[in-house]
Amino acid sequence: MKVELENLTKRWGDVVGADSINLEIQDGEFVAFLGPSGCGKTTTLLMVAGIYKPTEGFIRFDERIVNQMAPKDRNVGMVFQSYALYPHMTVFQNIGYPLKLKKVPKEEMQKRVQRVADMMGIGHLLDRKPAQLSGGQQQRVALGRALVKEPQLLLFDEPLSNLDARLRLSMRSEIKRLQMELGITSIYVTHDQVEAMTMADRIAVMKDGRLQAYAPPEELYDQPRTLFVAGFVGNPPMNFMEVEVDRENGDYHARREGFDVVVPPDRGEKAAGRGKVILGIRPEDVTLADEGVSGEIYVVEPLGRDDLIDVRIGDAHVHILADPTLRLKIGDNVKLKFNTHKVQFFDPATEDSLLWT
Amino acid sequence: MAQTTVTSEALVDREPPSRWAQFRATLGAWGFMAPAGVLVLVFFFIPVIILFVVSMTDLSSSNFSEPWTFIGLENYARLFRDKFFPKILTNTFRYVILTLSFFNVGLALVLALLTTHIERRAGFFFRMMWLLPRITPSVVYILMWRRIAHQPPFGIINQLLSPFGVEPRYWLFERPWLFVILVNGFVGASFGMILFSSAIEAIPRDYITAAKVDGASTLQIIRDITIPMIRWPLLFVTTYQTLSLLTSFEYILLLTEGGPGLFTTEVWALTAYKRALKTYFGHNQWGYGAAWGFILVFIGIVLAFVYLRVFRFNELVQEPKIDVL
Ligand SMILES: Nc1ncnc2c1ncn2[C@@H]1O[C@H](COP(=O)(O)OP(=O)(O)OP(=O)(O)O)[C@@H](O)[C@H]1O
Ligand SMILES: [Mg+2]
Repeated sequence: MKVELENLTKRWGDVVGADSINLEIQDGEFVAFLGPSGCGKTTTLLMVAGIYKPTEGFIRFDERIVNQMAPKDRNVGMVFQSYALYPHMTVFQNIGYPLKLKKVPKEEMQKRVQRVADMMGIGHLLDRKPAQLSGGQQQRVALGRALVKEPQLLLFDEPLSNLDARLRLSMRSEIKRLQMELGITSIYVTHDQVEAMTMADRIAVMKDGRLQAYAPPEELYDQPRTLFVAGFVGNPPMNFMEVEVDRENGDYHARREGFDVVVPPDRGEKAAGRGKVILGIRPEDVTLADEGVSGEIYVVEPLGRDDLIDVRIGDAHVHILADPTLRLKIGDNVKLKFNTHKVQFFDPATEDSLLWT
Repeated sequence: MAQTTVTSEALVDREPPSRWAQFRATLGAWGFMAPAGVLVLVFFFIPVIILFVVSMTDLSSSNFSEPWTFIGLENYARLFRDKFFPKILTNTFRYVILTLSFFNVGLALVLALLTTHIERRAGFFFRMMWLLPRITPSVVYILMWRRIAHQPPFGIINQLLSPFGVEPRYWLFERPWLFVILVNGFVGASFGMILFSSAIEAIPRDYITAAKVDGASTLQIIRDITIPMIRWPLLFVTTYQTLSLLTSFEYILLLTEGGPGLFTTEVWALTAYKRALKTYFGHNQWGYGAAWGFILVFIGIVLAFVYLRVFRFNELVQEPKIDVL
């Protein structure tokens, strides 16, 4: 089912939950809503589910406006961070509840619940109460309850946040696989950008109720349209510093105190002659070299596979990833080489990208 | 195997299970129980024992200064022979069952559900208003009801209904049970209402959202989610209000005095009060009244145990959060 949000807005008095959201989700697409806490992800999701009434704007399912449609008629399945399994019902009753409400005959209900439970690997737990299950098992039951009525749209509200790191990883791929096999259009809310990047076909980045960007993960990563998106997507986050870009002898130089690099003309020309602009570069695009910009190591954070190194250049700080076997120490002097084909430029006033519009 | 022995021996070496430690643990448990235990002892067990002793005497205001005598179970025999005993017994059950089901639990639940499904502040205000009679002195509250159902040409009901051509009546005397139950239930409902509505508001929103997405209507949510989730307060209010209705009589005393006529609305607790303390021609039959009172206590205890069993309260008690070491 195709889902379309048009100028979707939710306000409570002065509080703005979601502010003119426009986006379109293709049939079978997996879209992630990504953003910091309080940015309106849940609000938008609940409007799609029919729990909240939009203050303004429209929600369309396959071209049909559903603003006034009751949740039970929308045929959506939803999975919550808190699982929201009914504690007084057994696993069977939990999964079967949507079918019971639809007055599905007993025998068919039995079959469908068993099938979904087997698919989720919890077929042997049907007689238990939710309190007698582990977090991972509870999450599977919640997923089963969302799937059992064969919904046309699946909504996930941070479903994995309460699981430990390893389980999160395996559930992540499991959900992704399931969604692809069943081909159900899905919206997945998360504030974990790795989750969004790995699972989603497209990511909607939100901030303060507004849609900041809506693009496939690679595009979001390589062509961030705003400073916020550039800083929010990617781990460790992108480095930013103020520079001035000038053309000299046909080359574009980005300069600040103690820093001077030549940037490719296609990127440089868009930032040149504008006074101070913000240069962004990802940690993996800065490497240690024998020649280049010199700096001093300020902090070393071992991450295991890499060391995350904070290098001071004048009064700017740049984070880079380095091989731990180099045994770099605080106070060491190093030289940095910037992969200038990956630099980003942003307007400091509007915080919009100068490269991608 | 050998290793296990070594380990447990090592443990024993380090921490001998001394009698002293066990004694201290027991002492600690009793220590925590003691304050509540003392209260129950002083204000329940001892009075009940005194009550039982008095119920086996012929103690009354006529022989108070003379030596009174133990008469065994004579008071109980007299009680069961009383011509109005069956009437009083049925009155008591009628009063408790009707007030409890229609008002103290039924109406309380309806009010709680209504006030939690409207705007928050409006609901809060409504509940505050409903609490007012409970904090009004009983005499004032009952006087208002008597005014409402007063005999012609007075009575607010009469005045309200007369434009519709309804014959003025002495409503209180024609429908005494209706008013006895109404008067008690109106106040009684507020207790459950407060408990139920706070329990309903404590239900996490996600459950309701999940049920809506699953396709439940408001009534189905109430039936399948809300009520099961407030099971504990429901059982508690049922139990607590049964016992308190069983022993309450002040509104009936003030409203009808058990009448009109002979024992029409007289309940057990009112009889006990009248026999023991209310002067019939200056004659207080303490011993006889105590027998009525003691049976009431006995019924109360039996009912409490029945409720504990039937509602399986022990299953509702949570496991301790901390293991006792
Ligand atoms: N029922 C409500 N009444 C008033 N304000 C609300 C309500 N629900 C949400 N808000 C406000 O709307 C904004 C967005 O909230 P929302 O729950 O959508 O955030 P979120 O992106 O889901 O955050 P999180 O990651 O913490 O779950 C917040 O500022 C919040 O305080
Ligand atoms: Mg949220």
